[in-house]
Amino acid sequence: MEKIFGMPKSLTAKPFSFCAGCTHGIIHRLVAEVIDELGIKESAIGVGSVGCSVFSYEFFDVDMASASHGRAPAVATGIKRARPNNIVFTYQGDGDLAAIGTAEIVHAAARSEKITVIFVNNAIYGMTGGQMAPTTVLGQKTETTPYGRTVENQGYPVKMSEMLSALDGSNFIERVTVVTPAYVNKAKAAIKKAFQYQIEGKGFNLVEVLSTCPSCWGMPPLKAMDWLKENMLPVFPLGVYKDNGNK
Amino acid sequence: MGEKILMKGNEAIGEAAISAGCRCFFGYPITPQSELPAFLAKKMPLVGGVFLQAESEIAAINMVYGAASAGVRVMTSSSSPGISLKQEGISYIAGAELPVLICNVQRAGPGLGTIQPSQSDYFQAVKGGGHGDYRLIVLSPSSVQEVIDLIRLGFDLADKYKTPAMFLAEGMLGQLMEPVDLGDYKPNIPDKPWALTGCKGREKNIVTSLWIDPEELERHNLELQKKYAKIKENEQRWEEFKFDDEAEYLIVAHGTMARIAKSAVIKAREEGIKTGLIRPISLWPYPEKAFANLKNIKKILVVEMSMGQMVEDVRLSVNGRVPVEFFGRAGGMFPTVNQILGKLREIK
Repeated sequence: MEKIFGMPKSLTAKPFSFCAGCTHGIIHRLVAEVIDELGIKESAIGVGSVGCSVFSYEFFDVDMASASHGRAPAVATGIKRARPNNIVFTYQGDGDLAAIGTAEIVHAAARSEKITVIFVNNAIYGMTGGQMAPTTVLGQKTETTPYGRTVENQGYPVKMSEMLSALDGSNFIERVTVVTPAYVNKAKAAIKKAFQYQIEGKGFNLVEVLSTCPSCWGMPPLKAMDWLKENMLPVFPLGVYKDNGNK
Repeated sequence: MGEKILMKGNEAIGEAAISAGCRCFFGYPITPQSELPAFLAKKMPLVGGVFLQAESEIAAINMVYGAASAGVRVMTSSSSPGISLKQEGISYIAGAELPVLICNVQRAGPGLGTIQPSQSDYFQAVKGGGHGDYRLIVLSPSSVQEVIDLIRLGFDLADKYKTPAMFLAEGMLGQLMEPVDLGDYKPNIPDKPWALTGCKGREKNIVTSLWIDPEELERHNLELQKKYAKIKENEQRWEEFKFDDEAEYLIVAHGTMARIAKSAVIKAREEGIKTGLIRPISLWPYPEKAFANLKNIKKILVVEMSMGQMVEDVRLSVNGRVPVEFFGRAGGMFPTVNQILGKLREIK
């Protein structure tokens, strides 16, 4: 019997520590499949972040560094500049990338750093128990917006793909999601492109993946997927925001 | 012995770093160390190295973390307020056991303070400015020649012990121009099998300061303490000046302050106050061995360009055997030879 489907080589055997129904697991798998398919497992260096993705160094079976909160793009810059022939990626959540790490991501993009950023946006701080994120949508209830996010109190959600695509230094920016099989296939294609560009020596490349957080949103996984479609897609439209390779 | 060349302190840092095999520099502009990044921006590309001006001190220290993880010799430089911003990153670097060199060309604080030289970051440097139980190797130069020597030593010790080292100078040394001998030093760079280079032909490597299990984290801390004990035993450095059998009084001063203190020792001897000097070169580990024999010493005077920080380590080293007095100036002012003499006469 020929084995035609199995674990990606670039994932370790360690079981994911994510909550049931969380889509981080799908995204980890897609990144690992892409690393396998592009044959870059032995040259890849990943940079984890702080939040639910903090243990990514245990799950990806490639060389990994863990960065302090928000600073993964700076750590990745240090690694890539020191070892330009390696393929360097970060895996960051929305609290990490769009709040405390805003300066680092903006300037990594402005410098056209030849790195790949996987940006998981689930509109909430999951690891710390469900506080408002910079990407929390208007009206969304969280631990720190118990009456719902309002323009008066907390202002508007931050749209990172739109912001970063406005910088001359960004090369490829796409927003995807993983809440249906068709979307998963599109997400994988985007992630592959974001790594392919780096292999070709082009930067800066980012894929924003809209993700669910059933635990902190307080709903079952399937309902969370519907909630994402109804509440996040209108605020964070999917699509390619920048693709210099297709000019 | 090579030919002596004239060099400014800040440029000497850069020259020494390159000769030590440092090929990555990440920094953010701040006075009074601006000549150093300007020097490295010119020199690094010529030796195939990386010079990158970061968007912030925080980004710079995290780029340093990244480059050190990747196994190269890397340095950052700043001055006091900027070093405060780097503290979180330094704690992570210590936790992840990465060899890096951090230069602090100190200015006076607190807050924005002023750009004049100071020694008021002593506590922050030697007691651990960031969170957690960690230590930095801290080296204090007092001449431009020693800038060269201690930058090289800093890189070598950082690699030897897999730990961050800090080069702690005062603003005036950065601006001082003196003849130096570059000698025929060869950097001692060990293999780094732990570095992130891509996992070809081996298991993956991980660089992290996260140990979520308290028992594992305690074990990690105990390992760090073992390493620090070894450094404390092996790496105490100091200079003695006229600390001979005749000496009855002892001045303790480090860095550029020790140059003024040396003049005060000479003047004091001329007027019959038999004085000697201990100049700590390693501030951590503190050279407590220098204080082993104090049997002829009546009093110790600690002189600092601060309101009294190193004096605490002198008191710990002396442990009550001899009274320890203090004289210091703050805010970018420095104690003069006459002021030190006056204090000696007063405590005599």
